[in-house]
Amino acid sequence: MAQKELIVNFAQLEKKPDYVAVENSSRFKEFLNRKKKFIVPMTVFFLIFYFLLPILTSYTTFLNTPAIGDISWVWLFAFAQFVMVWVLSSIYVRKANSYDDEAEEIIDEYLS
Amino acid sequence: MDATVIVLFLAIVILTLVVTYLAARNTKSTGDFYTAGGGLTGWQNGLAIAGDYLSAASFLGIAGMIALQGFDGFFYSIGFLVAYLVVLFLVAEPLRNLGKYTLADMINARFDARKVRGAAALSTITIVFFYMIAQLVGAGALIQLLFDIPYWIAVLIVGVMMTIYVLFGGMLATSWVQIIKAVLLMFGMVVMSFIVLWKFNFNIGAMFTEVKTATSHGAAYLNPGIKYKDPLGTLSLMLALVLGTAGLPHILMRFFTVKDAKTARKSVITATWTIGIFYILTLFLGMGAAIFVGEEKILAANPGGNMAAPLLAEAIGGNILFALIAAVAFATILAVVAGLVLSGASAFAHDIYGQIIKKGNISERKQMAAARLAALGVSVVSIILSLGAQYLNVAFLVSLAFCIAASANLPVILYTVYWRRFNTTGAVSALLAGLISALILVSISPSVFSPVEGAALFVGEPIFPWENPALISVPIGFIAGYLGTVLSKEYNYERFAEVSVRAHTGYRERME
Repeated sequence: MAQKELIVNFAQLEKKPDYVAVENSSRFKEFLNRKKKFIVPMTVFFLIFYFLLPILTSYTTFLNTPAIGDISWVWLFAFAQFVMVWVLSSIYVRKANSYDDEAEEIIDEYLS
Repeated sequence: MDATVIVLFLAIVILTLVVTYLAARNTKSTGDFYTAGGGLTGWQNGLAIAGDYLSAASFLGIAGMIALQGFDGFFYSIGFLVAYLVVLFLVAEPLRNLGKYTLADMINARFDARKVRGAAALSTITIVFFYMIAQLVGAGALIQLLFDIPYWIAVLIVGVMMTIYVLFGGMLATSWVQIIKAVLLMFGMVVMSFIVLWKFNFNIGAMFTEVKTATSHGAAYLNPGIKYKDPLGTLSLMLALVLGTAGLPHILMRFFTVKDAKTARKSVITATWTIGIFYILTLFLGMGAAIFVGEEKILAANPGGNMAAPLLAEAIGGNILFALIAAVAFATILAVVAGLVLSGASAFAHDIYGQIIKKGNISERKQMAAARLAALGVSVVSIILSLGAQYLNVAFLVSLAFCIAASANLPVILYTVYWRRFNTTGAVSALLAGLISALILVSISPSVFSPVEGAALFVGEPIFPWENPALISVPIGFIAGYLGTVLSKEYNYERFAEVSVRAHTGYRERME
């Protein structure tokens, strides 16, 4: 039993790729930086846009003024949240698809 | 009971059982059982995500809240929807790339310690039970009203059905039940919204004008502030909604049912559109109910407003539409509880039994038996608890589930993928601190204590001011994770490198 385990572990050890080398490679670092430069500002933006709604409705009343007929600004702002979600998710998918090729290349270069 | 109701009800039962029978023939391995072998396509999984997400609480609850409280009810719609951006941008792909069946798998891609897996499984199990009891008790009460049968029979019907789907058909059956439900639900919503808008000649402005005089709130109905008057309390709720979704185990499990991150991404897009359209339509249902059913009648049927949508169906479409919406509500409840059973079972059988007790040395056959046994156990326990909770106001359990998900699970998910220094102690601290602080704060909040009898679980003055404590407990989760990490010495750069590379490139070793 013990021997069998040893063999299995050994096999795993041999197969284990050198992740540290990949993580330290300038290629991977650039890749990650580019990803972060997209994801971080976008996340900050949508969180601010989202929390702006309850903050404005809680501390101010100017959103209650009518915009179109009896529909006030608060409803338009709420609808804008929906539009934001659809737009940002489309942008994300387009961006992320472009990262896939680069991820493939990194795998090909370092991990296989 | 109306004949149409019975026919539609039986049609759903038979359809879902046929699906389960077909799925059972394809459920051979543990992977099939937990994740449908990772074989769902993007749109299938997207609809299933939507199905998981659009619970009876969103369908009936939000329509009711908008009918009774105007804009404030719409806050939920917005919170649930924007939460999808958090899932998409930060969680979905790393989770898909690192995990196998459960959230704990993903965290354990970085930490071997069994206590980390244990803490993650504990938080999953807590969320699943709370959420499930809330759903089952709500379901019992609702089916009682819709089909005019006693509460305990209603709970038993739902309970037995969910057990059958999961036990025999595993994730494949559960997913298809979700897909069927999502399609039915969207169909029902579109039909009802269409009729409501038609009554105003498709002039949305006219509907807004009409609703100003339809309720006791008058013109204030269209402004925020009817229900949520405390600014920080409102922010706290919005925080729980937007971050909680990204930590709910049955939602997270949905990212393991596709073959890669690309498909996971596609499914989120399908889900986002479906859910977005759904939540916009809640507006027409809510306002429609306020106008065509009226506050008094909605409140008389159910003080929480849960009957607003079915009553609206009856008011604008007669018995047939009522029967359709009742059937949709039934399918909705079934699908969501089935998904919950599965995530609970995976935490018990895969995390606790398979990985912690048996340390992963467990045959495929035994794993499968454990999974089924756990599913059965989770079902039976929740049915019993729900039968006992008939007269309790359990609405707080949903907000508690979201709060735990946001305070315990989300910090650990983010730290695991993005923070180099994060370690075992940090992971356990974040999970436990988030879980415990959410539990304690909710139990002393207005959700549990209310001076008005029947408005909450107990009668009394709440010590904590907000219904949802996320604004306090989420920072506690993050801070505990940070302190636990910096105050302990352990630091394993190799494992971070591995997790970071795998999370961002989607690379998987063959041996898995």
